[in-house]
Amino acid sequence: MSTETTIDKSMTENGIFYPSKVMLDLSKLKKVYPTPKGDYVVLEDLDLQIMKEEFVTIIGHSGCGKTTMLSMIAGLNPISGGNIAVLGNPVKGPGPDRGVIFQSPSLMPWMTALQNVMLGVNKVFSHATKLQRKDIAKYYLQKVGLEGAFDKKASELSQGMQQRVGIARAFAIKPKVLLLDEPFGMLDSLTRGELQDILIEIWNKEKITAVMITHDVDEAIFLADRVVMMTSGPSAKIGDILNIDFERPRTRKSVLEHNDYYTYRKHLIDFLEH
Amino acid sequence: MEQDITLKKEGQSLAFLKPLLAKITPKFQKGDLLAWLKKTGITILSITLFLGLWHMGSKALYNKEADFKIEKALTEQGQAAADAERACIESGESSCQPNTLPAPTQVWASLQSLIADHKVITADKAAFAEKMAATNEKLIAQGKNAIVYTGRASFIDIVLTSIKTVFAGFLLALLIAVPIGIIIGLSPTLRSAFNWFIQIFKPVSPVVWYLLVFMIVKTLYIGDNSDNAFVISFISVGLCAMWATLVNTAMGVSSVDKDYINVAKVLKLGTFQKVFKVILPSSLPLIFTGLRITLSVAWMVLIAIELLAQSQGLGLFVWEEFQNGANDSNSKIIVAMFVIGIIGFLLDRLMLTVQNMVSFNKNEGV
Repeated sequence: MSTETTIDKSMTENGIFYPSKVMLDLSKLKKVYPTPKGDYVVLEDLDLQIMKEEFVTIIGHSGCGKTTMLSMIAGLNPISGGNIAVLGNPVKGPGPDRGVIFQSPSLMPWMTALQNVMLGVNKVFSHATKLQRKDIAKYYLQKVGLEGAFDKKASELSQGMQQRVGIARAFAIKPKVLLLDEPFGMLDSLTRGELQDILIEIWNKEKITAVMITHDVDEAIFLADRVVMMTSGPSAKIGDILNIDFERPRTRKSVLEHNDYYTYRKHLIDFLEH
Repeated sequence: MEQDITLKKEGQSLAFLKPLLAKITPKFQKGDLLAWLKKTGITILSITLFLGLWHMGSKALYNKEADFKIEKALTEQGQAAADAERACIESGESSCQPNTLPAPTQVWASLQSLIADHKVITADKAAFAEKMAATNEKLIAQGKNAIVYTGRASFIDIVLTSIKTVFAGFLLALLIAVPIGIIIGLSPTLRSAFNWFIQIFKPVSPVVWYLLVFMIVKTLYIGDNSDNAFVISFISVGLCAMWATLVNTAMGVSSVDKDYINVAKVLKLGTFQKVFKVILPSSLPLIFTGLRITLSVAWMVLIAIELLAQSQGLGLFVWEEFQNGANDSNSKIIVAMFVIGIIGFLLDRLMLTVQNMVSFNKNEGV
């Protein structure tokens, strides 16, 4: 793909040098919604760099513009100012190099689990044979623990199972960046734990740069290399960034027993309560 | 108690069916049977009540008209004429029977006479075909048109004509409304361009549609002596009935869940794939709701349009019987009424089944 060549140059049109470790670069990002009473500034002067193979979680109060930021990275929401670049290439619209796991599973209910995953695989691996494509889709469905449900209609699956398909669909297209918009927000806490484990297990293997929005402080710490805290809107920006230094692969137990865990937790809660 | 015993006996004699029954009936419990009996009982009761009321009503109307006839004879022609009139009515002589709402029994008799009539006509047709077979072969060999049976149509033929017309009209509505609905659903510009058109023509009455179609088809068929009543009626039916499908299709296509569209965008699906893999399947339930309404509207307007177009269907049958004013005309009209109602009901069930088959939300639809 053309992006591969631009990594070597590591340059953008502006002539700024990017260390090749940067996967996703947001600079001076701005989002304005025009309203009858004048412009409403959601995000302003937002700067954030996310490295390759990094898992970043974003935490902040509801309505602060987290989802707006994520959908701008996905290319689903136009940028009002500033710049978003993936490997130095500015984002111009949506594309399969940025996989999205939505808050609601957003599966096509008339398709089977396999067909839902195949929809993306067919598009991205159009050069592969049908059998190969099917194998890719099946591989990821197995990874999320759905080996028995390939041919179940999406509408017959539980919410948790549907979100598993959503995860498989996103990983199966081998994106450069994975964007997760509170993917477990609608699930009960038991299912949420299960899905976090599944997500992190696949992620440990694939190491796809991930940006995930969450409301859950524990989830943010457990999954992330860095937790990004956003200030409340309007004109939200990055408030603080917390490095999580647990080694990977992690288990929930080891994280909970770690001495730093409560320090991290306190840090995040202190930020959110101000 | 007696019922219980007979049920048990039956259960024993049909014991060999048990494994089979267990397969096809999901756990039949005592409570279910009771509920079923109750439901059927209530239905039978309400039908009986309906027939009873109908019978009493028609009797009252009959008496009212009979009294009036006798009274009229008395005032105009004197006592002797009145007595003669009374005797005539009581004897059941058809020439002096009051012509009013027929009783259920009369309607039943008419149904049977219509079926008997059908048998006679069918036999006639077969005989005619046999008689003409040799002649027709010769005519065809000479390149001329074969002689066809042009006798009276039987009631069953009439019903079949109506069903044929309604399906032809429905198919036409489907072929016009679904593609246009999809196109205007996809484009907001076209939607607003078409909106006035839909809003203005949707409420136009069947009769006016018929006249419009008549104007056009009459000219197109000019110089052609073949019967165009069928063509005119099915086109009119289609044009009357297509609006529900058009509006529902456009609405279904334009209101596809934003999440699905976002998925399509992220995967960068092409327009063709987006339409056929995402937009159409997700709007199918609404399209089929529209088609169901279209079919029931088509059946409703069919009767009026057949009447106007002189097409050999139920509409014309009803009208001709009314004009005819024969002794059993009224009961034939009632027979037609029930047939229309039952066919309409069956068509609706048919569409509901299809709708449930394509719908991905199984609990949708009534």
